[in-house]
Amino acid sequence: MSGVGGSGPDGRVSGASTVRNGDEGGGMSGASPYRLVGARPEPGFEVRVDGRPVPVVPGQTVGAALHAAGIRTWRTTRFGDRRRGLFCGIGVCFDCLVTVNGVENLRACLTEARPGDEVTTS
Amino acid sequence: MTAHDTPTPDAGGDGVGERAVGRYDLVIVGAGPAGLAAAGVAARAGLRVAVLDAGARIGGQYFRQLPEGFRAARPGALHHGFSRFVRLRDALGDADILLGHRVWAVERGPGGGFAVHCLEGREERARTVAAARLLIATGAHDRVLPFPGWDLPGVMTAGAAQALLKGNLVMAGRRVVVAGTGPFLLPVATSLAAAGATVAGVFEAGGRFALAPQALARPGKAAEALAYGYRLARHRVPYKGGRAVVAAHGDGELTHVTVAKVDADWRPYRGGQETIECDTLAVGYGFVPQLDLPAQLGCETSRDAAGGPVARVDRHMRTSVAGVYAAGETTGVGGADLAELEGVIAGRAVVADALGTPVAGDPADPRTEARRRRLAGFARALLRAYPVGDGWTSWLHDDTLICRCEEVPYGRVKEARDLGAADARSIKLLARPGMGWCQGRICGEAVARLAGEDPAPPRRPIAQPVSLGDLAAMDGRDEWKET
Amino acid sequence: MPDVVVIGAGMIGAACAYYAAREGLSVTLVDRGAVAAGTTGSGEGNILVSDKEPGPELDLAMLSCRLWTELASEARELGGFEYEPKGGLVVAENDEVLRALAELAGHQEKSGVVTRAVAADELADYEPHLAPGFAGGVFYPQDAQVQPMLAAARLARRRPSVTLRTGTEVTGLLTERGRVTGVRTDAGDIPAGAVVNAGGTWGGEIAALAGVDLPIMPRRGFILVTEPLTGLPSHDASGAPGSSVGSGPLVRHKVYTAAYVTNVASDSAGLETSAVVEATQAGTVLIGASRERVGFDRTVSLPVLARLARQAVGLFPALADVRAIRAYCGFRPYCPDHLPVIGADPRVPGLYHACGHEGAGIGLAPVTGLLIAQLITGAAPELDPAPFRPDRFAEAAA
Ligand SMILES: Cc1cc2nc3c(=O)[nH]c(=O)nc-3n(C[C@H](O)[C@H](O)[C@H](O)COP(=O)(O)OP(=O)(O)OC[C@H]3O[C@@H](n4cnc5c(N)ncnc54)[C@H](O)[C@@H]3O)c2cc1C
Ligand SMILES: Cc1cc2nc3c(=O)[nH]c(=O)nc-3n(C[C@H](O)[C@H](O)[C@H](O)COP(=O)(O)OP(=O)(O)OC[C@H]3O[C@@H](n4cnc5c(N)ncnc54)[C@H](O)[C@@H]3O)c2cc1C
Ligand code: FES
Repeated sequence: MSGVGGSGPDGRVSGASTVRNGDEGGGMSGASPYRLVGARPEPGFEVRVDGRPVPVVPGQTVGAALHAAGIRTWRTTRFGDRRRGLFCGIGVCFDCLVTVNGVENLRACLTEARPGDEVTTS
Repeated sequence: MTAHDTPTPDAGGDGVGERAVGRYDLVIVGAGPAGLAAAGVAARAGLRVAVLDAGARIGGQYFRQLPEGFRAARPGALHHGFSRFVRLRDALGDADILLGHRVWAVERGPGGGFAVHCLEGREERARTVAAARLLIATGAHDRVLPFPGWDLPGVMTAGAAQALLKGNLVMAGRRVVVAGTGPFLLPVATSLAAAGATVAGVFEAGGRFALAPQALARPGKAAEALAYGYRLARHRVPYKGGRAVVAAHGDGELTHVTVAKVDADWRPYRGGQETIECDTLAVGYGFVPQLDLPAQLGCETSRDAAGGPVARVDRHMRTSVAGVYAAGETTGVGGADLAELEGVIAGRAVVADALGTPVAGDPADPRTEARRRRLAGFARALLRAYPVGDGWTSWLHDDTLICRCEEVPYGRVKEARDLGAADARSIKLLARPGMGWCQGRICGEAVARLAGEDPAPPRRPIAQPVSLGDLAAMDGRDEWKET
Repeated sequence: MPDVVVIGAGMIGAACAYYAAREGLSVTLVDRGAVAAGTTGSGEGNILVSDKEPGPELDLAMLSCRLWTELASEARELGGFEYEPKGGLVVAENDEVLRALAELAGHQEKSGVVTRAVAADELADYEPHLAPGFAGGVFYPQDAQVQPMLAAARLARRRPSVTLRTGTEVTGLLTERGRVTGVRTDAGDIPAGAVVNAGGTWGGEIAALAGVDLPIMPRRGFILVTEPLTGLPSHDASGAPGSSVGSGPLVRHKVYTAAYVTNVASDSAGLETSAVVEATQAGTVLIGASRERVGFDRTVSLPVLARLARQAVGLFPALADVRAIRAYCGFRPYCPDHLPVIGADPRVPGLYHACGHEGAGIGLAPVTGLLIAQLITGAAPELDPAPFRPDRFAEAAA
């Protein structure tokens, strides 16, 4: 796992992406996905990623919640120790495999997050 | 129906509802525009219909819906033609909608009909649904091509960026480059920009105006293209043709990309390179139809204008296997409008075939037929206007991964070719690209092209990973004759 | 003009080309597809002595096993082909089967097979994740495995005097006064001193081009492949149980039940399965293989896959939670008497056959190549090839 506010197993902290899972936009226009659709999300919940809380809007996938929290990788490949996260976004590429509550190899992009989920990165 | 319940032909149409026992007149795999349109037609005609989709909500890719939890006041803001989705949704009648169902195999049932084997939910509960007829509307996935750095976190498909936004209200990144080829890049870039991302550029490897002649021949599409162009301009997003992202860079995560000026074959010109900072690259080179299920049943395929395999159907969307229909991207990539129309046509054919009557509508309904011809013609023109140039292979280095799953670099593919692997299959056998988790869905196109072939129709007896325990529990069902 | 044309660049053809070249002959190896594109590319790579009853096939296997060891050390410098002498563990469901197995092992020992009886309470030392309740087993340290496609490709490329011509279909044989003098292909004629039919499951069709009959039929087999497991398989060179019992790979050796032995020798056309479970260097577990005679029908058979899965889970209960991601099938070249066809065809001078190895063609490839090379050069064969002679079927019919 790596990303803003968290350091990966290798201690690397990356500042590339700071999109939070909330009404935070970018650019100078003040636009945001939430404003675009007029979202007033119901109270969310948290999942834990290696023990660290990550906010979730009900219905979001584990992959989306992590990505929104700036966590862009949660898996290391078998041979080359390459970091992987979302790639195809629709369950086809299996790059985003993740361990949730001890169950290995779930596709993060298809797996809807549930309150109390424990995500472990590798 | 419980797990591993067997298809029971003619068990009667009692007990409508999620767990209904017995066989459906029609099972539709895929709740995108094609599947939904067909379901509406068939359900209205009184057939017992089930729509299965792996996703948590109906809509498919084009009409991917936000979770309720967002309580969006304007859910249509992320969509083009949201009212059409509302119409499709409201026309579903009493069709059963089985969401979170991943179909891993379809097979012919013992007394005719089909058994559709699914895994339900995160727990992957095994479940079998029985169908007299089957419509396969599984859509497509992004086509991707390898280039140095394409497996860095932060590089994703154009469709993934779109799915994140439409389905999760998450921006793929703050500073995004959109690249690849085809008209799909435009909606991806405009929705990202509208959502507040800085789109650092849209790079179309083909010519910038490749589409112009076709678009002019279709005023509606020309207006759409103009609208995208206008919106890109409003967000000050540069859109450049003849440019390709030939490398992605970053120490552990994406920080910048190299954009090269490319010739008509996509070979980079000497010197014409620039570096662009970005945290995300959304890249797509068109779409690949998902044909695993029709292939399992032995449905014949044909080739689209770009040489890719598609399910072969007659004008009523019947495949070569009796009782099996296909609609939408599975019959050739043509976008949501065509998918929906094909769904309608398929739905009518299923109804007619189920009742033993001639297909209603066409030719008594020349408008449908004419519209389909027009949309299909436009789809073909698009495929021709945005071909994948051969020059992408010149972007590769020996250590560029071709297969992400098995981490097979280009050098090993070349070595396999030197060892006598003269075709895509033997490259796979010798060097393992395509043997990984995704079963070649991602690398298949590249490996085929590197072997100098058009991609072959898939052969995936297991379309979704299934536990050996679930598979084992299917052993010994009596109606499986071992002959 | 090459000394020899070998038809078929599968494991057998590659081995024939390799050994012929080693004997100093120039070889053209032709295949209508790519290298290893036939059955070699759709099977597994077990090199087994454990599954063979004493007799001519076991003698072949013993010699071949030794040749594989030599090839493997030679191949290391070529990049290798994942040769792994990991050993096989055959387990018995009950005391009766165990007795039969022990008896077989005793006979096998006389042919030079090394066997180790494993008591019920020792099974876990070999395979910590094996299901409880087996009566015992026999461990065969000589059983090994290779990646067959890579092995075929590397052997075919090993000798400079072998020319590989892929995408070239043999459509006829050239003859002169009853003697085969080369092959006709869709890319022109290739005259040669001798022609080797290494057409595998299609060997009968090639024989027919020469007007002779070889009764080779397809026997279908399915294989299941799992998701890659964390913790790559490893073994120690002796093939003895590792010290790290309880951790490490889920599956350490080739493991199968003794029922396999009876299946291999079966004449039934019906489905027979007896799962052989093993881990690969890629991290996946392979579960093979079914046997049934259904012609060249590729249609997926879920019942067969379900049966294989059940047997695999029966051996290793932990596999129940492991996902299968892939399945494929191939067609073994099958002769009615379960023996391969190896040797000169007395009915057609100049034509040699090397086909019909059924489910053992990978294991038996080196010995087949060696014998063919010796027969062509007139050297004394290392082993009496009489039981494998091509005209034996006609005699049986007469
Ligand atoms: C990621 C992605 C995003 C896209 N976004 C857009 C967009 O924003 N705008 C646009 O114009 N076009 C988009 N497209 C193009 C899209 O292909 C068409 O617009 C349109 O959605 C096709 O309709 P369809 O009904 O043929 O299939 P789809 O809409 O793709 O629907 C197919 C459905 O089948 C389901 N499915 C597939 N396989 C299985 C299985 N084995 N078991 C169960 N369910 C299964 C999928 O979950 C999916 O919901 C996108 C394509 C992709 C791949
Ligand atoms: C499921 C399964 C599991 C197996 N497991 C094992 C195992 O664990 N261990 C083992 O030892 N064996 C195993 N086998 C058996 C083994 O795969 C075969 O015995 C072996 O591959 C046969 O090799 P071959 O070279 O004779 O045939 P092939 O590999 O089929 O080669 C024959 C070649 O001849 C070519 N050819 C045919 N006709 C022509 C023509 N007219 N012109 C040009 N070329 C032609 C074909 O294209 C083909 O490439 C298994 C088989 C199956 C199906
Ligand atoms: S990318 Fe090659 S198998 Fe997945």
